[in-house]
Amino acid sequence: MSKTITISPVTRIEGHAKITIQLDDNGDVVNTRFHVNEFRGFEKFTEGRLLWEMPGITSRICGICPASHLITSAKAGDDILAVDIPETAERLRRLLTLAQLLQSHALSFFHLSSPDFLLGFDSDPATRNVFGLIAADKELARRGIRLRKFGQEIIEILGGRKIHTPWTVPGGVREPLDPAKKDYIKGWIPEAKETVAVALKTIKQIHKKFVKEIPAFGNFRSLFVGLVTPDGGIEHYDGLIRIMDGDGNVIADKLPPKNYFEYFGEAVEPWSYLKFPYYKPMDYPDGMYRVGPLARVNICDFIGTPLAEEERKEFKALGGSSGCVNNSFYYHYARCIEMLFAVERIEEILNDAATIGTNIRSLASINRTEGIGCSEAPRGILFHHYYVNKDGVIQKANLIIATAQNNLAMNRTVQQIATHFIDGKKGKIAEGILNRVEAGIRCYDPCLSCSTHALGQMPLEIELTGPGGEVLDTVRR
Amino acid sequence: MAVITFTIDDIQYSAHEGDTVLNVAHANNIHIPTLCYLEGLSPFGACRLCMVEVEGSPKLFPACTTKPAEGMIVRTKTDRLKKYRRMIVELLASEGNHQCAVCVVNGHCELQDLAYEVGLDHVRFPYLFPNKSLDATHKEFVIDRNRCVLCTRCVRVCHEVEGAHVWDIAWRGINCEIISDMNQPWGDSQLCTSCGKCVRVCPVGALLEKGQTVGELRKERSFVKFIVNARTKREWITNGIEEDE
Repeated sequence: MSKTITISPVTRIEGHAKITIQLDDNGDVVNTRFHVNEFRGFEKFTEGRLLWEMPGITSRICGICPASHLITSAKAGDDILAVDIPETAERLRRLLTLAQLLQSHALSFFHLSSPDFLLGFDSDPATRNVFGLIAADKELARRGIRLRKFGQEIIEILGGRKIHTPWTVPGGVREPLDPAKKDYIKGWIPEAKETVAVALKTIKQIHKKFVKEIPAFGNFRSLFVGLVTPDGGIEHYDGLIRIMDGDGNVIADKLPPKNYFEYFGEAVEPWSYLKFPYYKPMDYPDGMYRVGPLARVNICDFIGTPLAEEERKEFKALGGSSGCVNNSFYYHYARCIEMLFAVERIEEILNDAATIGTNIRSLASINRTEGIGCSEAPRGILFHHYYVNKDGVIQKANLIIATAQNNLAMNRTVQQIATHFIDGKKGKIAEGILNRVEAGIRCYDPCLSCSTHALGQMPLEIELTGPGGEVLDTVRR
Repeated sequence: MAVITFTIDDIQYSAHEGDTVLNVAHANNIHIPTLCYLEGLSPFGACRLCMVEVEGSPKLFPACTTKPAEGMIVRTKTDRLKKYRRMIVELLASEGNHQCAVCVVNGHCELQDLAYEVGLDHVRFPYLFPNKSLDATHKEFVIDRNRCVLCTRCVRVCHEVEGAHVWDIAWRGINCEIISDMNQPWGDSQLCTSCGKCVRVCPVGALLEKGQTVGELRKERSFVKFIVNARTKREWITNGIEEDE
């Protein structure tokens, strides 16, 4: 008898989703779906609003990475004003981008994912969370919380508040960096480097510990998409799009982000509010691609800071001869490498004289009626595309969010883990296996608030249903 | 000129001809909340926040337009008044589309200050979410009718101080809206001198400067009193101008 297993909602991710796993008459997995059942509609209700409000409005999409929306929206604004922002503003926006990356990655790694790694997938769900982590390894939890605090402190120093600062605006930024505060930020660097070293050591131990799980944790070939500098280095704030296939071949390079709609299409499925972006030349669904830390560390030729570059080489060795790491479990490793890069790069930016300046905003009126902003959010490449009238009123907005771009890959990951670990013949689904399915999703650190522009509650419910839809077994957490 | 003696909150005050209950109260550091009132502009009595009780009458009177009378007994802080003031702010909140978090005057808004003052922790009336327009056709300024509280300060400052009379009120009741000229786009206005006085007196984010982002717009309003003083008394007293914080 065929059955459907539902995991709803998925926990310890940013947002609200459910997973269904369909079993056939033999109890084998035939289909899995990662459903995102939230809807927010930012693209619609920003129509009729002013361009200058857009960074403030779109940053409200999310409380985890508001700075990424803020920056990308301001960049779309720069494009519409047709201005080059001052050098100091560019440095400061980069600083904000990296602070955002650091705090978000620290949240993902220490608060959300490490309970699985350190307490085990099969440990009691009541304690398999950040509080359980504090009980088990107080020092690691403390370090993680402080690393996130470091990122958030930078955001607060720059923008006046940790969450939803309106500091980045079309044309630049609103306030310069106070030189005294610069030294305060620098004071954090040694501790932040130590903490990231601990994270890297931890993730490498985890790689050894979960030898059984890792080969089936989203291990498949796909395209990887992200930004790189014009000479091929890792990039988060600006840059050009590079597309790499699962064998490590660069199949498209130096694509200007403003032409993104020529390269990427968005498919819609009736069972999810999250759209399915794909690479147009390969069509849907074969044009599946992954974005985020795994993609960024895969596609770049170098990282450019000494410690992170050493780690990148070690990471690339995991990909064997192709040098392309296809296993989604290594998102966590790539995230740790990016944290290291962020700390090193923050130090470099603070030592750059151009960071301390007072020329921070280019003023202009509406010079174009269309503008595209692009940057790398912690979870991957992010696009804001606005059309305005001559007065600066938004006529149409299109936001392409990192998590949405990982949608196909997340579905594929769920399918792989379910097929590998679930034996439907037993009729009952062991808690630890469903946790592995959830943990597979968590590799991508999905932010569903951003990607559907939604937010929800998070109890966990698992449902087994028969062919007629009748509920055979329900497990609630 | 006859001097009138009357009572506010159990203390006797004297008033001269032309005084209102509100300006006597303000002159004596008695706080009465206001929204449509602005020193230098003619009182209008639109917002009803400055309502006071007058002994012997069941009605409430707006302090800004009520003239003191000999022996009048005025109360400004009764429970009944507090209840109505809070209700007025709730109605204002429910009638417009006030999204403080993404507004240009967030943190520097008179409606927001009033909400704090009257203890507005939630709104009991259903939000109307009216379909209001935003006019950004002017080169420098924008009117966003979503945030308008119909205080008419813009109408009065343009008519009484600038003398252009660009602004007016159209329609009736809850559908009232501020319009420019004969309901033409602001950018097409033949009368507007682009002086910006309307933007500066607006208590909320309904009138704003283009290019301003969330919470960035701070308005300085005491210029109205300065101009009116200069014009009527030939006194140019600059120390009266302070930043509204």
